Formats: sequence, C-alpha cells, structure tokens
Amino acid sequence: MKPDSVIIELSPEFSVGAKQALQNTQLRRNMGKATQTIRAKRATVVGELPNWESLRDAGERIKAETMAHLDVYIERLEKNIQAAGGTVHWASTAAQANEIVTKLIQATKSKHIIKVKSLTTDEIRLNEALEAAGITPIETDLAELIIQLAHEKSSHILVPAIHKNRSEIRELFQKAMHLPDLTDEPKELAAAARTFLREKFMTVKVATSGANFAIAETGSVCVVESEGNGRMCLTLPDVLITVMGIEKILPRWEDLGVFMQLLPRSSTGERMNPYTSIWTGVHPGDGPQEFHIVLLDNGRTQVLGDSVGRQTLHCIRCSACINICPVYERTGGHAYGSVYPGPIGAILTPQLVGTEHAASLPYASSLCGACYDVCPVKINIPEVLVHLRGRVVREKHSHVSGWLDPESIGMSGLGQVFGNRMAYEGAQTMGKLAQWLFVHDGYIENGPGPLGAWTAMRDLQAIPDQTFRQWWRERNEHDDHA
Amino acid sequence: MTTTRNQVLADIRAATARGERPGHQTHSFATDLQAEAALSPSALVHMFAERVSEYKAWVGYSTSAGLSEAIGERLALYGTRYVVPADFPADLVQQLPCVRDEQLSHADIASADGVVSLSALGIAQTGSIVLDAGVGQGRRVLTLLPDYHLCVVYAASIVLTVPEAFERLRASIQERRAPLTFISGPSATSDIELNRVEGVHGPRRLEVIIVDAPGR
Amino acid sequence: MTIALFITCFNDTLFPNTGKAVVTILERLGHQVAFPEEQTCCGQMHFNTGYQSEALPLIKRFVRVFSEYECIVSPSASCVGMVRDMYQYAAEVAKDKGLAAEVKALAPRVYELSELLVNKLGLVDVGAYYPHRVTYHPTCHSIRGIRVGDAPEQLLRAVRGIDYVPLPAAEECCGFGGTFAIKNADTSMAMLSDKMRNITGTRAEVCVAADNSCLMHIGGALHRQRTGVKIAHLAEVLASGEQA
Repeated sequence: MKPDSVIIELSPEFSVGAKQALQNTQLRRNMGKATQTIRAKRATVVGELPNWESLRDAGERIKAETMAHLDVYIERLEKNIQAAGGTVHWASTAAQANEIVTKLIQATKSKHIIKVKSLTTDEIRLNEALEAAGITPIETDLAELIIQLAHEKSSHILVPAIHKNRSEIRELFQKAMHLPDLTDEPKELAAAARTFLREKFMTVKVATSGANFAIAETGSVCVVESEGNGRMCLTLPDVLITVMGIEKILPRWEDLGVFMQLLPRSSTGERMNPYTSIWTGVHPGDGPQEFHIVLLDNGRTQVLGDSVGRQTLHCIRCSACINICPVYERTGGHAYGSVYPGPIGAILTPQLVGTEHAASLPYASSLCGACYDVCPVKINIPEVLVHLRGRVVREKHSHVSGWLDPESIGMSGLGQVFGNRMAYEGAQTMGKLAQWLFVHDGYIENGPGPLGAWTAMRDLQAIPDQTFRQWWRERNEHDDHA
Repeated sequence: MTTTRNQVLADIRAATARGERPGHQTHSFATDLQAEAALSPSALVHMFAERVSEYKAWVGYSTSAGLSEAIGERLALYGTRYVVPADFPADLVQQLPCVRDEQLSHADIASADGVVSLSALGIAQTGSIVLDAGVGQGRRVLTLLPDYHLCVVYAASIVLTVPEAFERLRASIQERRAPLTFISGPSATSDIELNRVEGVHGPRRLEVIIVDAPGR
Repeated sequence: MTIALFITCFNDTLFPNTGKAVVTILERLGHQVAFPEEQTCCGQMHFNTGYQSEALPLIKRFVRVFSEYECIVSPSASCVGMVRDMYQYAAEVAKDKGLAAEVKALAPRVYELSELLVNKLGLVDVGAYYPHRVTYHPTCHSIRGIRVGDAPEQLLRAVRGIDYVPLPAAEECCGFGGTFAIKNADTSMAMLSDKMRNITGTRAEVCVAADNSCLMHIGGALHRQRTGVKIAHLAEVLASGEQA
C-alpha cells in the first residue's frame, strides 16, 4: 500500500516536526493546559468504577476474540444490516472506498454533504476525493469545522483543534461567519457554530459518518458524540453513508455495554458522553430511508496478520494514550504527520502504510509505558513499538547500505564488544583513555559525534577511573592476601 | 463489488489463519464481570437525579397523578407552543400547549418552544436517559430539533449500571429493531481548550421529571 | 543467602559506586554477594532500538552466566525489566524454544534492589543514615515496567536523618528513554526541563532514583544548569552509615 492515505504530511523524520513544534510556545502552552485538564478528568471518573481493571480485561478479551474470528463476525454483520434494509459495500483500499461514496452521493444529485466527525474518512481523505468530484463536504463537529475553516490538519483524534486556543478560534469564526463582534467566550463560539450549521442540517440531504462500533449479532451501528451534530446528521438527511474500518465490529449486543463504560471515561473523562446513537438498518418513518455502510480494509488485514501488531486493531480511538503521552504533550499532533498522532499513531500509522514510509514513528517514544496503563483495551503500546523498531532495522538491513550507517556500525560493534568479556573490559579501558580530551571536572560538556546530541543540552558524566569489576577484583585480591 | 468483498474476506482469513485462534466464544466476556452491589430503590433514584443534574440538567419529581400539572408548570416557563410524540398519553397533554407530531415538518419541529417525551429507561451510574422509540418517545428528530427537551422518566425504569441497561434494551433491538438514543445531559462540546460548554446542536436545555420516586 | 549481583554494563563502567553500595547493603544484612565476571550487557539497548539479532547473543549470554544462581539482584529497574518482560518475547521472535524455557525459569529470580529488600527479604529499615534533603524520581521502568510500587519510598522513609520530600508529577517520564535521548534530543530536553523544574522546586539537595540511566540524564542537566542539586542512586543512600 502507498502512503497516499493515513499520512497527511509525510515528514521525513518525527524529530524534524517535533523540533518545529517545540519552538512554538503558544502551541506548547495550549497543549500543556489541555492535556493536564483531560488527564485529571479521566483519572477521576475512572477511579469511580471499582471494577475498572476487570472492565479493561473484558474489553481486551472481547477484542481479541473478535479479531481471531473476524471473518465470521463481519459476514454476520453484513447479513443483519442487509436484513434491516441497509446496503453493505466493501473496500480494500482508500481509493475504492472514496469511489463508492462519491458514486452514492452523485446518485442523489446532491452537491453538498454534511459529515459527522470520522477518523476513518480522514484516513482515506474522503473530503479531497469529494471536492475533486465537485461535492462540498461540510464538517459539522466543532473542532473539525475549526480545522476546515483554518485549512489546517488535525492534531488530535478526539479534539482535532486542541492546538488552537479561544482567541485563535474567535478570529477564525469572525472572518468565516461574518461576526465582527464575536467574543472569545467558548459559549458564544459554540452558539455561533450552532447558528452557522443549523441551516446546513435543515437543508442538506446526504450525510456521511464513521462508526464507533457495529454489532454483528444485531446489525446495529453506533456513533458516540457530544454536540448533537451526530444526531443531526444521522436523523435529518434522506441518505446516510457510513464508512467503517473492519476492526470496529463487536460480536454481541452486550459487548457494547462494556465499551460504553470504557470509552466515555477514557475519552472525554465523562461518566457518559452527551449523545450516543444506535441504529439498525433503516427505521421506517424515522431518519434516513436509505442507509449504506462501507466496510474498509485499507491495510487492516495486514495488521491483523501480525501476531504482535494485531492488538493495535483493538483500539477504540478514545485518545487516552495521546492525552497521557509526555512526548505528545510537548510536540502536539502535527509532528506525527498522520491522521493518527500520539502513541497509538506511532504504532498504527507505520503498520497501515508500511514501516518504510514512517520509520521514525516507532522511535517517537521514550517507552515510558504511561499509554499502556491508561489504554481501556490494554494495548501494550511499548511492546508494539519495540516490535516495529525491530522491523525497521530488519528492513534497513535488507540493503547493504543499511549496514553502513553510523548507527548500524555502532550497534554491531557494541554487539561484538558485549559478546566477549575480554573485548568488553578492553573497551572500558579504551573509553576511559579516549575521553580525557573532553573531560572537565568529571563531566563532558561538549562531546564528539553522536554524543554531541547529548551534550548540546546537558553534561555527560565521565567514566570514572575504576570500573566496578576492577574494584571487585582488587577487593578480592586483598581478601585473599589477608 | 462481489470480488472486493471476497478479496477482503480472503485477506481476513489468511491473516487470522496465521495466528493462534483462540476458541470461538459462545458467551460474551461481558457477562464475566462482577455485578455492582445493588442499591435501595430510593438510593438508586437519588444517584440518577444527582448525576443527571451534574450535567447541568434540571431534575424534578412528580407522582403519576400530578404529572400533567408538573409538566405544565415547566412548560409555562419557556413558551407557548410545544411538540409531543404522536402517541403521547392523551391524559397528560389535554391541558397543555402541545401539538402532536402528526407528520410535522422538520421546520415545524424546529420552531417549537420545546418537546416533551417519555423515555425507555434511566441509568443511575452515568445519569443517562435512553430513548428507544417506544410509547411516548416519538421519532428521533422530535427530541432533537427543539431547543428544550422535557423528559419524563419513571422511577421504576431506572437501572444502576450500563450493562443492566443493555440487557433491558436487547428486546427493543431484537423485537422492534428500534433506533436508540442515549442522552446524558444537554448537548455539549469540549472542543475549545477542553472546557465543557453545554449546549451546541441538540436541545440546549434538558429537564427531567422523575415519576413515582419511592420515599417521595 | 548468596545473591548474585547483575551490575549492568552501564553501572559497571559509569557508576561503580552504585555497585559498591549494593555490596555494602547486602553484606551488612548478612548475605553473601557473588559477582559472575563473565557478565557484560543484558542487550536492552540493542533490543529496544530494534537491533534484535544483535541482542540475541547477549540475551543467551546473560542466561548462561546467571542461570546457576537462585537469587539475582540488580540496581537497574530497566535492565531487570528487559530480562523479565522482553527476554520471553525475544526468545519467541527467535523461535528458540530452549531459550524460552530457560528464560521462563530464570526471569522470576531476577530482582531489582528495592524489590529484593522490601518484597523478598521483607525489610524496610536497612540501617542507613543519610542526613540530607532528598526527593525521589520513580523511573518509568520501575513503576510501570516491573511495578516496584512504593518499595523505594518505603526504604527512603526509613532512612535515619533523611528529609524526604515527595516530587510533584513524579510519575512523569524524565525524557531519557535510551536512544530516544539522542534520536529525539529536543523532545527529550523539553520533558527533562519540566522534570528539572519539579526537582529544583522541592529544594532537595539530592535527587534519587532506581536507575542510573535516567539519573545520568537528569544529573547532566542539573550540572549544566549549575543547580547544585546532586544525584544519587537509591543504593548509595541505603548504603550510607553513621560513620560515613
């Protein structure tokens, strides 16, 4: 698969984007404030449930079982959606999905569509495909609207405009909605969006959405939201088109009861999100009378085939890992160059597009493990990161030139040294001798080669005169003589 | 189309055949969860009321006999023209300024001062109300477009946990294929600096009347 | 009891005093310390950076060197985590069933120092005296990797003369992360500067941790910025006695 989807801006290296972001002090302030707020809210509502850990276990087991038998469940879902009057479409790639959606909209003759916030449609770049076909997509989620008006990219999966503060948003709305007197009061900004979008909801006849969950047993589809824009899009139009990754399936009705406890608390830090809509095919006299669902692969079956990477597909897009991540908190989402930022993005993006197109992302983590602790379905993100790093190096070493980069040479040299006690002890002595030029008062303040990256910002403690093993040997010799 | 379908299915099968395949489950892991300790009926209602009001929704109480009057008191506060579902109980609306949803247009519904509906159940632990298009709840758009939603919740319909709610709602899905809406407070957004702001596209004012609460 | 010391290549070379301190503590408690001199490196740096095939011989070497010991201790939570959590995975990747079985038998016998003292030996007071204002940074691999819990704080609180000050936002990563500190030096420093602010805010004289790798990172910045705050491994605090 080519990285023409998922990746929104192919940056050569995470560290390059991160460096840029780190220089933006406004961004760092916005991000710091936002992540601290949401972490505290999450911790409070999670602490309220005494069985939180068993809920996580249940979430993990339900997902693992679903993935192991995905073929059975996806066919069951298809059958039940069809029986309820819905039409099921299948797409292997982003391009196929976009073509299906475009044709369905063209058949309605509508030139506009209203959209419920959907990462999956962001991933396949549906908006671009629609615009190319002369169809105008209107984002109805407040943050998505902000991003769309600013012609920017999302920096968070749940709150795409998390990097923007209220005054930045006010300026945007003042221009786009012709409201010169708008203040930066969040309530007033939300009201402006309500008025702006109400007219669209009442007139546009086609909507697209993603899906948080779909229940194989009943053929039901579920959208979890806050603002009511989801309810508007899911009930007012004549035609509803849902694009859903194949991993979003849950086998049974009661499984949803588990995830409706895990998701809101992990995501927005609420006991429950304001609105959840669950529909089953077409409901006569209520809501859209034409319902299509596009089941999307787009790299997911590749992930499914990897025994360690597979758990990535358990993700319910809550963003708890993103909010807790100390790296994300500093860099924001754009440095990840993908629709999926943060820890989950660092493992999902390289698997969807191929590690060769996103080789720096598995390294965009200090492996601190905070993400694993908060994940509601217990995805072992550090494990998958290390797993993908292994893949990156294996791919690098599949070319002769890959063996010749300084890191490979160093790693392979150190591997030899550690493989042999004499070589190891010799290297300790060599290190002590080699450092004399750089050491002042027990510290190196300006190191050579790769040490430069370290000593640019912090001192490096020098190697002391005596290693531990030398001390041990000396001590034992004394004891022997005594 | 068929070929893409077969391709995706074949890719799934190839991918899952490679890994270990745990035994196919006949029951849900959801049922393995330890049940919450039960609350007394009055504690249950109290928790529900408290958590609904934490979402900044108004909560009041009434008896069945006094319900029409209780609804009337609230409606008098906000306007003169309300909508109710087509099958809303006749005895409740006779004295009230309500229009039945008999094929009302979206514009008609949107211009109403509010909507009154019944509900399928309440969830105490999360302060949620669930609508399942049952009696007195109407089609989904009815409780969506007006800026004010007054929702009647019978105390007997309140459950403690989310899984209990799902257990009760199974019949609505399987027997009636009903659309479901979970409502937890008025619409809200946290999209601006992650500050919660109540009131975006759905009803900005939500009020709940709990009927026949024990001990009241 | 004979306890084998897994010093780690990092401590052996850069922080010999930590190793000496572990020996002091264990001998003071009446145990015998063994130091298998064939030990080198557990392979963590290679493995976590993606050099899995280079790590494999080191993993096998570790297993060979230490499998004869009943109880192994290390003053490095992250290296203990490597052995306990990643060796199994590494054996699976290498499809080496023999190695997997050896790892399974060995891994539970490898302890981090505070785990050994508090959980296995049931001690909190190890007879230390350390009259300084101290704050403690719980390293990621100690709390979220091998989950030592509050064992280190329990040990510190029992030290005589100590003025222990809890660290605000203690559980946040310091930004070290092995090669992360070099590959993503800017982000690493941004994380470190918040950690530094929290450390200096406690007005502690010494910042203590259970991993010298993180401490070298933290100490490097404390030294560069001339804060006067020193670093010390937990073992060094616990080894201090009245006479010292």
